[in-house]
Amino acid sequence: MMRTTWIIARKDLRQRIRDRSALIVGILAPLGLAAIFSFVFNPISEFEFSADYVVVDEDGGPAARLFVDQVLGGLAASDDITVEELDTVDAARALVDVELDPFSDMETADAAFVIPAGFSSAVASPDEARLEVLASRGSSTAAGVAVAIAEQFAGEIQTARVAAATAEVLGAEGDRADTGFRALAIPSLASVVDAEATSKILDGTTFYAAGLAIFFLFFTVQFGVNGLLEERHAGTLPRLLAAPIPQAAIIGGKAITAFVLGVVSMVVLVAASTLMFGAEWGNPIGVFLLILAGIFSAIGIMGIVGAFAKTAEQAGLFSSIIAVVLGFLGGTFFPIGQAGGILSQLRFITPHAWFMQGLGDLAGGNVADVLPAVVALVVFGLVCGAASFYGVRKGLSR
Amino acid sequence: MTQRTLECSGLRKVFDDLVAVDDVGFHIDAGETYGLLGPNGAGKTTSISMISGLLMRDGGTVTVGGREMTTTSTDAKALLGLVPQDIAVYPDLTARENLTFFGRLYDMDGKTLKARADEVLEIIGLSDRADDRTEDFSGGMKRRLNIGIGLLHKPALLILDEPTVGVDPQSRNAILESVEHLSREGMAVLYTTHYMEEAERLCDRVGIIDHGQIKAEGTRRELVQMVGQHDRVRLETTGSVDAAVAALDALDGVAKSDGGDGSIELLVIEAGEHLTEILSVVTESGVAVSGVDIDEPNLESVFLHLTGRALRD
Ligand SMILES: Nc1ncnc2c1ncn2[C@@H]1O[C@H](COP(=O)(O)OP(=O)(O)OP(=O)(O)O)[C@@H](O)[C@H]1O
Ligand SMILES: [Mg+2]
Repeated sequence: MMRTTWIIARKDLRQRIRDRSALIVGILAPLGLAAIFSFVFNPISEFEFSADYVVVDEDGGPAARLFVDQVLGGLAASDDITVEELDTVDAARALVDVELDPFSDMETADAAFVIPAGFSSAVASPDEARLEVLASRGSSTAAGVAVAIAEQFAGEIQTARVAAATAEVLGAEGDRADTGFRALAIPSLASVVDAEATSKILDGTTFYAAGLAIFFLFFTVQFGVNGLLEERHAGTLPRLLAAPIPQAAIIGGKAITAFVLGVVSMVVLVAASTLMFGAEWGNPIGVFLLILAGIFSAIGIMGIVGAFAKTAEQAGLFSSIIAVVLGFLGGTFFPIGQAGGILSQLRFITPHAWFMQGLGDLAGGNVADVLPAVVALVVFGLVCGAASFYGVRKGLSR
Repeated sequence: MTQRTLECSGLRKVFDDLVAVDDVGFHIDAGETYGLLGPNGAGKTTSISMISGLLMRDGGTVTVGGREMTTTSTDAKALLGLVPQDIAVYPDLTARENLTFFGRLYDMDGKTLKARADEVLEIIGLSDRADDRTEDFSGGMKRRLNIGIGLLHKPALLILDEPTVGVDPQSRNAILESVEHLSREGMAVLYTTHYMEEAERLCDRVGIIDHGQIKAEGTRRELVQMVGQHDRVRLETTGSVDAAVAALDALDGVAKSDGGDGSIELLVIEAGEHLTEILSVVTESGVAVSGVDIDEPNLESVFLHLTGRALRD
């Protein structure tokens, strides 16, 4: 069974390589469009670090002012970093924790430092002092720098406190012999708190590269999925059905062809857009998981069309309509998630939206964050794949 | 009784409300060629599709080499080679790649497959075009490849569905010759056609099919006799024929004789057997025969008789 499936897939792949249309649809078209979009929206610039920070000083004590004026003030002297002091945490959070639109000029911040009331007195006592950083998930580098700044400051305070406590121990022997231990046992000073940011966003280049890749994926897999209709058209289907092979191997061969075409096209697109336009897809493992799940869902959905269409032409037409509608609804052309309202919810009936969401989650988090999207895509693939398998099977020997 | 290569009975297929095949049944032994002769839409392809396990049947049984055929029975399918009516080759693959691909589906591989592909290319006369894509082939070349794929794995039963449609006389002759050759080698062949001459030349037995039913079945001779057809014999004569006609009428095997001006027309059963006798009777009656013309009835006339229609309109 596996052997036969592979024999059929290999034959199909050879045909697809020969007729070259899969190459055009799967790789050249999306890459070309991504290049155009990326050029239009992101004029090519050299990479340079820049960060916009805000700080909220609810304490006002000496330790707090030290941090704001000396540490952050020093940073702000550089051209690439801005620091703005705000009055309330809410105002800071509003700048950090927003649904970012990569193309708007709206003012945003990469991270916010929050110095809670009582910070200075806590520093002066053995109590735990907290310095919070609200990091925007969208700008991981700048946010990471903010965390590092806070940790550095915490480290310096800790050193100072240990020194002070040690002096005290040495100065008043016997009296407070346990002070040294107490000082050393002071909990970590600054705890860094991630903002519960919903802002998971891709930069413009990555957005268009990813959007076009998933959009064209639905066309690319058709070259595999519609193979059965092509066999019918070429008259070779009776031959396959008369051969001593399970029907599932015929269908499986087409699915594998679609899968291989999908993987090749997506991997090439990810690599090319990264190297050529500086797209940032994120953790390769997470991206690969999303790609596999995305292809799976595309095969399932396009398989249904293939199962119920009568000819390859008909399937091509229906598939194109569906691919465009899903792509549009799924926000592969523009970030529909920010449109708000029903459309931004409705988009989750498309695999495209899950794929884009998954990439966003990946950009703002780690590999595990892609799992919801991967699961959603796999469910799409399973449900639609089962339906199309059933439909195709039924149509084969009517 | 030896095992039949193909045995089918009671085949039935209904499309919506059209009964395409209705109670079709026959058998084929090894080395035997069976013809299904019928006009367009008679149900030949539908019957074949059920026999080869492509199509679910609404009734009937099929066994190939004693194994029951269904749409999922791979062991029965392994014994069968199918040459579909519509050319079934991949245009973007070469002739050899086409053969190799289908050969693999029949569990052939490696050297055996390569050797057999070469052999088949030789048989179908495409050795020099083996590595060209078939999209550049002529219709006849594609037809020949279409047949080649069907016999690649040396099936016990070869089914050919109108394999010579649209083929020039030379290619057609080559195809018929290779079928005759395969049959001599012991292959059972099921051959559908609406060319009466092909059925007469190739087939040991013929089933005449129309409107989904087998109207009659047997050897050509049996079929002809079944419908009471006679050979038509025409004698070119000189002299008075009346006495000769009277004498001929009394002869065994002569159904009817008519004297004309310078000729005698006879309807005879088995003209070949009675011809010497006829000629001597005529000569004895003092008539000189200058020419003999025998018209054997053919399947065309049988078909006409059975259905009231010509095989091809
Ligand atoms: N898939 C189908 N759906 C509906 N009707 C069909 C189908 N296949 C065949 N038929 C009908 O069944 C009848 C028999 O068709 P079939 O193809 O078996 O004839 P045939 O003897 O092979 O004719 P031909 O010599 O033209 O190939 C025809 O009336 C045809 O229209
Ligand atoms: Mg037919």
